[in-house]
Amino acid sequence: MSQLAGASGARPMDRLRDALPRIVLSPSVAIVAVFVYGFILFTIYLSFTNSRILPDYELVGWRNYHNLFRIRAWNTAVVNLAIFGLLYIAICCCLGLFLAILLDQRIRAEGFIRTIYLYPMALSFIVTGVAWKWFLNPGIGLQAVVRGWGFENFSFTWITDGKMAIYTIVIAAVWQTSGFVMAMFLAGLRGIDNEMLKAAQIDGASSFVLYRRIVIPQLRPAFMSAFVVLAHMAIKSYDLVIALTGGGPGTATELPATFMYSYTFTRNQMGIGAASAVIMLMTIAAIIVPYLWSELREKK
Amino acid sequence: MMPGVSMDNPVAARSRGFSPGRIVLYLILGLFCLYYLLPLYVMAVNSVKPLSEITSGGMMSLPDEWTLAPWRAAWSQAQVGVEATGLRPYFMNSILMVVPAVALSTIMGALNGYVLTKWAFRGSTVLFGLLLFGCFIPFQMVLIPMARMLGLMGLAGSVAGLVFVHVVYGIGFSTLYFRNYYAAFPTELVRAAQIDGAGFFRIFWRILLPSSGPIAVVCIIWQFTNIWNDFLFGASFSDFDSQPMTVALNNLVQSSTGVREYNVHFAGAIMAALPTLLVYIVAGRFFVRGLMAGSVKG
Amino acid sequence: MRGFSRILGAAALAATAGMASAGDVEVLHWWTSGGEAAALNVLREDLQKQGIGWQDMPVAGGGGTQAMTVLRARVTAGNPPTAVQMLGFDITDWAREGALANLNDIAAKNGWDSVVPAALQKFSKFDGQWVAVPVNVHSTNWVWANKAIMDKLGISQPETWDEFVAALQAAKDAGYVALAHGGQAWQEATIFDAVAMSTGGPDFYKAAFIDLDEDALGSDTMKTVFDRMATLRGFVDDNFSGRDWNLATAMVINGEAAFQLMGDWAKGEFLNAGKQPGKDFLCYRFPGTQNQVTFNSDQFAMFRQGDKVSPEQAALAEAILSPGFQIAFNKVKGSVPARTDLDVSELDACGQQGYKEFKAAAASGNLYGSFAHGHANPAAVKNAMYDVITAHFNGEYDSATAVKELVTAVQLAR
Repeated sequence: MSQLAGASGARPMDRLRDALPRIVLSPSVAIVAVFVYGFILFTIYLSFTNSRILPDYELVGWRNYHNLFRIRAWNTAVVNLAIFGLLYIAICCCLGLFLAILLDQRIRAEGFIRTIYLYPMALSFIVTGVAWKWFLNPGIGLQAVVRGWGFENFSFTWITDGKMAIYTIVIAAVWQTSGFVMAMFLAGLRGIDNEMLKAAQIDGASSFVLYRRIVIPQLRPAFMSAFVVLAHMAIKSYDLVIALTGGGPGTATELPATFMYSYTFTRNQMGIGAASAVIMLMTIAAIIVPYLWSELREKK
Repeated sequence: MMPGVSMDNPVAARSRGFSPGRIVLYLILGLFCLYYLLPLYVMAVNSVKPLSEITSGGMMSLPDEWTLAPWRAAWSQAQVGVEATGLRPYFMNSILMVVPAVALSTIMGALNGYVLTKWAFRGSTVLFGLLLFGCFIPFQMVLIPMARMLGLMGLAGSVAGLVFVHVVYGIGFSTLYFRNYYAAFPTELVRAAQIDGAGFFRIFWRILLPSSGPIAVVCIIWQFTNIWNDFLFGASFSDFDSQPMTVALNNLVQSSTGVREYNVHFAGAIMAALPTLLVYIVAGRFFVRGLMAGSVKG
Repeated sequence: MRGFSRILGAAALAATAGMASAGDVEVLHWWTSGGEAAALNVLREDLQKQGIGWQDMPVAGGGGTQAMTVLRARVTAGNPPTAVQMLGFDITDWAREGALANLNDIAAKNGWDSVVPAALQKFSKFDGQWVAVPVNVHSTNWVWANKAIMDKLGISQPETWDEFVAALQAAKDAGYVALAHGGQAWQEATIFDAVAMSTGGPDFYKAAFIDLDEDALGSDTMKTVFDRMATLRGFVDDNFSGRDWNLATAMVINGEAAFQLMGDWAKGEFLNAGKQPGKDFLCYRFPGTQNQVTFNSDQFAMFRQGDKVSPEQAALAEAILSPGFQIAFNKVKGSVPARTDLDVSELDACGQQGYKEFKAAAASGNLYGSFAHGHANPAAVKNAMYDVITAHFNGEYDSATAVKELVTAVQLAR
C-alpha cells in the first residue's frame, strides 16, 4: 500500500490519502461480505430445499421449518441454550471481573497465577472433556473421593441426571474461558487513568465506591468484548458437549450447535440442518444486534 | 518513568504488607488456582500411569508405578494413522498454519481498529457492526460453501487455504479487540501528530502501535488458541500431508472400536497444548510490559 | 442432484490431475487406534509392493461421522479421496449422488459375486454396479460374560430371555453389577437391536427396521421390546451415563460386572487385558438370537476419479478382498472376513465361532444388517430411532409413549 502512495503524483496522492482509511478497511469488508453474508444467504436458500447428503437446489417451501419444530430434540436444544448461555455469560463475567480486581492488588507472583487462570483455554476439549467426565462421574470422580474421605452421604450426580446435566456443561465451560475474560478485564483495568483514581481517593472514597463508581463504568468496552466473546462461545459450544456428555443423558444436553451438526452431517438431512442454522442466526441477531446498536451508537 | 511506579494501582496501594485482608485475598486466589488446576491434575497424573492402573479404577489417585512411556508413545510411537508416527510430524503442519494466520489476522485487526476509531468515516460504525456480527456465524454452517469456494480458488487441500479460512473468521474478533482498545486511546495525540505532518501509517506505527502491547497479547492469545485448537476446518480443508495437530490428536484419542489408551491420550493432549501454553507464558510478560508502555500515554 | 455431482466430478478430475501424483491412492478412514491402524498397514504394504504409494488421510471420531463430514467438504471442493471407509447406507447415499466408481470389471475378474454374501452385496452394489469393497464383518448381537462370576454363581449360558433375566438377577443379588453398560445412544441402540431381534424374531426385525413398516413400529411387540429395555435398565449401575463402551468392558474384565452386550470388537479389550476366550471370559449370541447374526460391515467406497477406474484404484480394490489381507486384517480387528470361502484357523476361538455362525446365517438367510450400526435404514432414520431409544432408556417416558414417539420420529426422518 505504501508502494501505491509512492507511485502517485501530488494531487492524486492527496486524494489517495483521504481514501486510505477506506482502502485499508476494504479487504476485510469484502471478505466478510462474501464469506459471512454470502454464506448466510446460501444457507437460507438451502433451508428451503430438500438437501440431504449434499446441497440440492430444488425448492420445497417451508417443509424443513415445519418439521424442525416437530422434533423434540430441537426444543430441548433451544431451551438448553437459553439456560446455558445466560448462566455461562453471567458467571464468566462476574468471576472474570472479580479475579481481575483481585489480581490488580499488587499480587506477588501475579504472572504465575494469571497463567494458571488462563491455561484452560490452551487445552482442546477433545481431551479435557474426558478429564471432566471422569471428575464428574459419581463412581470415580468427586463423589467417590469425598466419600472416600469419610463423608458417606455426599452426593454429586449431576452428570447422570437429565435435569442437572446441563449445569455440568456450565461448570466446565466456565472453567475454560473465565480466565480469558479475567485477562480482558485486567487489560481494561490497567488502561484506566490513574489520576482520576488518585483524585477520588484523596476525596476519601472507599475502595468499594472507587470500583463501583469509577473503575467499572470505565470498563464498558471490555465488557462489550467479553460479552461478544462469551456469546460466541456459548452459541458455538460443540466440542464441549460432545466430549462431556455427547448430548446425553438421553437428549438432555443437546444444544443448537450439536443439533445442527448432527442433522447436517450425521443424519444427512442438510435441509433441516440449514433451517436450524437460520433460526439460530435469527435468534442471535435478535439479541446481539440491539445490544451492539446501543453500544456503538453511544460512542458517536 | 520507573516501571514500578507506573504499575501502581492506587486503589491497591493503600493496602500493602500482610493485613488479614491480604491473607484472605491470597486464600481466595489460591482456591481458584485449585479449581483451574484440577482437570490438569487428572490429566497429568493419569499420563504417567500404566493403563492397567487407570482401568482398574484409580483415576484420581497418584500412580503406584510411575512411567514416562505414555509420553514417549504420544510423541513418536503412537498410532495416529496407518503408520505409527506419534504426534511429532504434525507439529510442523500446525505451526506453518498458525503463525501466518495469527500474524495476518492480528495485523488486519490492528489496522481496522485504527481506522474505525481514529479515521472514522460516515458508515464506518455500521461496517464495524457488520464485521462483528460475522463472529457469530456457526462454523458448521459455512463448511460446505467454504469448501466450494476453496475449490474454485484452487486452494483446496493446501496450507494457504487453511490460513485463508482462519484469517477470514478471525478478522471480526481481532478488529473488535483493537477497536475497543484504541477507542480509549487519546485522540488528541493523533490530531497533534497530524498537525505535525505525520501520515496515516506513520501515526499508526509511531503512536498507536507502541502502546498496543496488552491488547495485542489478548488478541494473539485468542487467535493462537482458536486456530491451534480448531478441528473442523483443519480436518476438512487439509490434505494428507498438511493435517494439523488437532486432527492427529483427535485420531489418537478417538478410536471407534479399538483399545483406548487413556494415559497416552492425556500425554498427547498436554503435549498438544504446550505451544499455546508457551504463548501464554511468553506473551504474559509482554502483557505487563505493554502496560508499562501504556502508562506513558497519560 | 445428478447434475450437481457431474459438475463435482469434472472439478474433481481437474483438481486431482494436479494434486495426487500418478501411482498413488489417497485413503480416507477412521481406523487410527493401535490394532486397527496396524491392520490397515498390511494393506498399505501390499500396495507398496506393487509400486503404489499410500496417502493416508485418517480422521477419527464419532464412529466415522467426522470422516463423513470431511468427505463432504472434500467432494464439494472437487478433491475426493480415492477410497473412503464407509458403513452401510452411507455407501448407497453416495452412490445415488453419482460420486462412486463402477467396479464391475474387477468384481467379475475376481468372482466377488459368488464369495460375498448377498446381505453384504446389498451395500457394496448400487443399481447392479459394484461401488464398494467390504473389508470385514462385525456382528453385534453378542453377550460377553465373566467366566469366574458365571462359575461362582452357577450360571450356564442363557438360551431364552427369561433365563437371561434370571441370570442377571442372580448376579445382581450376589452384589455384582449385573449388566455393564455405557450410556451413549449407540450403545443403547446396540442392545435394543439384539432385544428386538430376540423378541420379535427376524420377520418383525425386517418389517420394523428394514422396511420401516408403521404397523410393526407401532405394534405391541415393539412395546414389549421397550419393556424389556426397561427391565435391562434395572440391571445397570447408577453411573452408566456417558461411559465409554470399553470402560464397561473393563468392568466385566475386572470382575465388577457379570455381563456386557456389545459387538465383537469388545473381544479386543479382553485379549488386550491378557484374558482368554473360554477360560476367562465367554462369548455367545444374545439369548433368542442364536441363529441370527446382525452385522455391520466396514467397506471402502471407491470414488470416481475420472471416466475409468485407474489401475491403482483397481489394485486397491483387489487387495482389500484378497484372502491374505482379509485374514490378516480380521485377526487383529476382532471381526470376521467378508468372504465366505476362507480357512480361518488362524482366528481365535470366538472368531472361528463367529465366522461359522456368519456363514451359516448367510446361507440360511438369517444375516441381517444391524440397524444400530446403520445397516438397516438410512442415517436420518437410524438417528431418529436413537433419540427415542435413548430417551426411553433414560426414563424420559414410558414404553407406550416410546412406541408412539418411534412412529413419529421415523415419519419425520423419512
